[in-house]
Order: sequence, then structure tokens, then C-alpha cells
Amino acid sequence: MNDMSRVERQVDANEIKLECRDCQVYYGDNHAIKDVNVDIEDKTVTAFIGPSGCGKSTFLRCLNRMNDTIDVARVEGSFKLDGEDIYDKRVDPVQLRAKVGMVFQKPNPFPKSIYDNVAYGPRIHGLARNKAELDEIVEKSLRRGAIWDEVKDRLDAPGTGLSGGQQQRLCIARAVATEPEVLLMDEPCSALDPIATAQVEELIDELRSRYSVVIVTHSMQQAARVSQKTAFFHLGNLVEFGETGQIFTNPEDPRTESYITGRIG
Amino acid sequence: MTDASMENPGTGRRATSLTASDERTLKRAKAEKRFRLYGIIAIATGLFFLVVLFASILKEGIPAFTRTVVSVEFTLTEPQRAEAESTLFKTKAYSDLFITELNGKLAESGISVDFDEAAIERLLGKVGGTIRTFYSENPDQVGEPINFELAASSRVDGYFKGRVSRDTLQDSRFLQLSDLDLVDALTEAGVIKQVFNWPFITGADSGVDNPGGAGIGASVVGSFFMMLVVLALSLPIGVAASIYLEEFAPQNKFTDLIEVNISNLAAVPSIVFGILGLAVFIQFMHLPQSAPLVGGLVLTLMTLPTIIISTRASLKAVPPSIRDAALGVGASKMQAVFHHVLPLAAPGILTGTIIGLAQALGETAPLLLIGMVGFVARGYPDGFLAGFTEPNSVMPAQIYTWAARADVGFYEKAWGGIIILLMFLLTMNIIAIILRRRFERRW
Repeated sequence: MNDMSRVERQVDANEIKLECRDCQVYYGDNHAIKDVNVDIEDKTVTAFIGPSGCGKSTFLRCLNRMNDTIDVARVEGSFKLDGEDIYDKRVDPVQLRAKVGMVFQKPNPFPKSIYDNVAYGPRIHGLARNKAELDEIVEKSLRRGAIWDEVKDRLDAPGTGLSGGQQQRLCIARAVATEPEVLLMDEPCSALDPIATAQVEELIDELRSRYSVVIVTHSMQQAARVSQKTAFFHLGNLVEFGETGQIFTNPEDPRTESYITGRIG
Repeated sequence: MTDASMENPGTGRRATSLTASDERTLKRAKAEKRFRLYGIIAIATGLFFLVVLFASILKEGIPAFTRTVVSVEFTLTEPQRAEAESTLFKTKAYSDLFITELNGKLAESGISVDFDEAAIERLLGKVGGTIRTFYSENPDQVGEPINFELAASSRVDGYFKGRVSRDTLQDSRFLQLSDLDLVDALTEAGVIKQVFNWPFITGADSGVDNPGGAGIGASVVGSFFMMLVVLALSLPIGVAASIYLEEFAPQNKFTDLIEVNISNLAAVPSIVFGILGLAVFIQFMHLPQSAPLVGGLVLTLMTLPTIIISTRASLKAVPPSIRDAALGVGASKMQAVFHHVLPLAAPGILTGTIIGLAQALGETAPLLLIGMVGFVARGYPDGFLAGFTEPNSVMPAQIYTWAARADVGFYEKAWGGIIILLMFLLTMNIIAIILRRRFERRW
């Protein structure tokens, strides 16, 4: 595992962006997430790893209240974004999701043009006063999504006509267009080939300079490559949470060790 | 354990060559061939019936689009008119003038045939009256040559279309055998002609003994206004109800109950909606009888379940990842539905709507109950708004009324009406297809 040593690990003490305490999620009678405590730091990539069905995606979806759309899901505990409880009755999930953007497992561009895909968020949030400003936001976002050079000549082409990797980077551009503070990524590379994966990973590393990034991944190499902090979930429990280097080289919990060495999972 | 490994237990391998098919493979290949054959037979049978249907509709219905007229060029001079107006039996005077003209025409062609005024009346009805009415309405036409096209009676029309023949004709007050000699003579002289039957397309319903004068135009207008009501009510209500039920409503016993009821409503016989409309809209709310407005309301009730079911199906078919994507960038639920889900579901919604509207267009039974029977369609409504409230009929009810009448002349009218109905439906479908293309182009 040479990958691990390759990444320069800046383990500065960043301030805490999202503080999660005693989090529980129930799907009907099924207790899916049990007593999870995680602090997501600003300007840091945090990776959630664990075997399938361990609850990492579920937990990720709690962070921008996407679980609200599932009728049977019930969330308990305290989730504080900059000290404000995101499950407070006064919080409109729409505003929250503008601050906490999300990229999904399967690239899901809108069946509209590339331009409209990126411009949609700024439009509904009223971030641009005129067409020129909107153009500027779209270009900036596509540049941040590292896809500008590939699509700048065909912004009117449908977003669904791009290749899988391009679609995913378009989705990332769409997510950053609303100027979020936290970016959630649910296995963003699982549908991509190794080259596209490398591009997206490079992008994630760049995004770290502005945003707090939380990434769910099945690939331990990926977690080791891109993240500074890693959380290991198992059967709905947060087993271990700490510096990525430490988790991969010197895990405290025997379950973590078994998982990263490939014995369970 | 798969079938393959059962074949040769132990080795798990087959010893045969790939080029020689074994018995199992042959059997499967045969079964597949048979299945394809069944499919082709099924489609061929369907096509056969379709061809038979269209052939019979066209064969029986095309004659409705031609009519038999006696075409005579006629000039009435001012002294002739003054003289005719001064006699006691004015229409008889005009009729005599016409007969003189007709005799002249026959003599020109060198044909001699004996006929009297009664024969002309059996052939053409009250000719004198028609001519007199024309000149009293258009006095400036006196002295000008006018080409009169006088509609021949239904039996004469039938004689040309093979419905009436010399062998089957019995002398009656409608037509006598000797009249056919006159008809033949007039045909030879080129006076009797077959022309396109515009009055059938533009006219209104006629009396039970005048199939020649029957037209479907008024009931086409009735159908049009009724369909406007159905479209304007069922599409917005149906789509709004489906969006609410599919995207916003909580899942509980109450919404389950509503769902079951909507599905059941789609299977309720249409006449039940008819009697409901009679009781509620006419007897309770005192809306006008036989009005396209009431017909539209009744058929809206019938169309709603169809539209709701198909709209919900097409909303369900929109991938949830699109909703996630919209919510993920901070769209509200309503924005996600209206900006992304609805445009993607639009083609499906349109398909469901056109199926529902086509059903409504062809519905007869409930409309008979609220009084939109064929013989009501005696004229066009006065203006657009009156189109909704004035008594009228619709095409299927008109066709039904014609088919039920005793005079065989109405039989071909019923078939001709079917052709017009199908053309109306085709127009509706073409508009829907064009609209759907436009929606689909927006990806």
C-alpha cells in the first residue's frame, strides 16, 4: 500500500464544521445507525468506509436531511452545522441543502443542457442577477468540476450525452455551483473507470481547499488516497474514527484491522 | 443445480461436438420457432380483421358522401315572375315553369318521355316552393341564369346506389315504376348528376322520412364543444390529483382507500356515470338538458380515473435519481416536481390523456341519458358560448339514432358518420403526437 505514504497529510487542527452527537436512524423497526458521534472538520476530506449495508450512506444522507424524503426513516440525535441544529423545526431543508451539497453514486445529470444543469441551482437560489453573472457562475463551477475544457464548446448539448466520468464531474460542478460549505459524495466513483476515477479524486483533493468534503467509498485505496480523516462503520456502529494514516496503518479496533486487511466485508 | 449439470452427472461436461445439436437444443429451437409462428399468426389475424373492418366501413360509408341532384339551368324573367305571383297557386306556377324548362332540356337531347307534375314531386319534392323561396330571398337574381341543383328523393338516390331496383320497387306514394323511366331519361339527358354531398358534412339532422337531408355537421360541433369541456376539466384536475397523490400525499389508510377507489372507478360502466349526471347535473343542479356542457361534465367523471392512473404510472417511471439530484441542489419538492419530474412524465401523461379523450369521444350510452340524442342536433348553435349550453348531440349518438331509423337511406348515413368520427379521432391523435414530439425534444 504505497498510496498512503504518497499523500501529504496536512493534519492541521481545522475548526469543526459539522458536529454529530448520539445519532440514531431507524427504518421502521430497523435500527440502522446506532449512537454515532462524528466531527466533520472544515477544509478536510473525511472518508466513510465499511462493508455494504453498514449504514455509511444512510448516515451521509442524514447530513443534508435527504432522509426526509423517505417516509419510514426516522432520525434522532444532534447534528450541528456551525453550531446550529440542522433538524431544528425552523430549518428549511431547502436552505440546508444549498449549504450542504450532494453528489450521488450514479451520475444523475438533469435531462437538460450542460449549461442548464449547472445553472439550475444558482437560478432557484437567485444567486445571479443577470445572464452575464450566471454565465460566470457556470464557467467557474465547470472549471472547479475540472470539465470546462471538455464542454466549453457544447454547453447547449444535453448533459446526459456525456460519458460517465464527464457526467459525474458535471454533477460535481452542479453541486459546487450553489457555493455549498460542505460537499457530500456518496460513492462518486463506483460507476467510473480508473481514468475517470483518478480525475475525480484529483478534483476532490482540489475541492478540499474550499470545502469540507465527506466521501463514502467502498475502495479503501481511494479512502487512503483522498482523505485526511476516516470513519469505519460496521453494522450501524461507528467502530473507529481518526486520522486516515493511523486508521490504515495502526487501527485500534480489531474489526477495523480485519476489514482493511480484507478478512471481513 | 442447473439443467446442464443434470445431463451428465459426474463429469459435468458434454462429449458432443458443438456443430451437432443434441436433442434438447433441437427441442428448444423448435419451441422457439413455434412461439414465433404463434406471434405472427396473432398479428396476421389482427391485421386481417382490421382490413375487413376498414374495407366494410369504406364500402358502406363512401356512398354517404355523394348525392343525386337534378341540375337545371333556369332563367326567370321579370314578366314571368309577375305572372306567377299573380296566380292563385303560386308555387304551382313556378313548378309549371320548371317543368317547361325540363321538357325543353329533354327535347334538346331528343328524348321524349311522359311525366306529370306528381312524378316530379315524387322525384324532387315541392320544386315550385323551393324556386319561389329562392327568388323571394334573392330578388336581384331575377333575369339571370341560375343553375338549380335540386336534391333527388332518397329512393331515387337509392336507385343510383343500387338500393332500389326495378325488380324490387313497388308503386307507392314515394316512387312508382314509371318514375324510373323518367329518371333514366333525365340521366341520359345529363340532367341528373352525382355530386359530392357537402350537406352531409355541414348539415344538421333531418326528419325520419328524409335521409337525403341528414347531415352530421351539427353533431360534429356538439362533439367539439363537449371535448373542450372534457379536456379543460379532466386534464388539470387529473394531473393535479396524480401529482398530489404520487409526490406529496402521506402513505396512510386514507390515501390507500382513495387509490383503490380511483382504480375501481375506471372499471365502472359508463351508463352509471350517465344516470349520475342526470340526477346531479340536470335534476339537482338544473343545468340545461342535452347540453354539451353537461355531456362534458359527465364524461370528465369517466375520463378522470384513466388520466389519473396513467399520469401516476408515468410519474412513477421517472427515475428517483432525478428527484434526488434536484433536492440535492436545494430545490423544494414542488420545484423538483414541476421543473424536472413533470417534463419527463409529460409524454406519458399525454398518452393517457389521449386514450381517455378518445374513450370520451366514442361514448354514447351516458349521453343518451342526459338527452344528447341524435334528433336534437337540428341546427348549429348561435355563437361560441351557446355551443356549450344549447341542446345538441354528439357524433356517436347521432350515428346511433340514424342506425335505429327505419328508412334504409339512413343506413349509409350511419356508416358515413363513422368515417367522419374516425377522422375527428385521427385529427385529435395527430395533434397529440405533434405535442408529444415537442415535449420529447426537450429531453
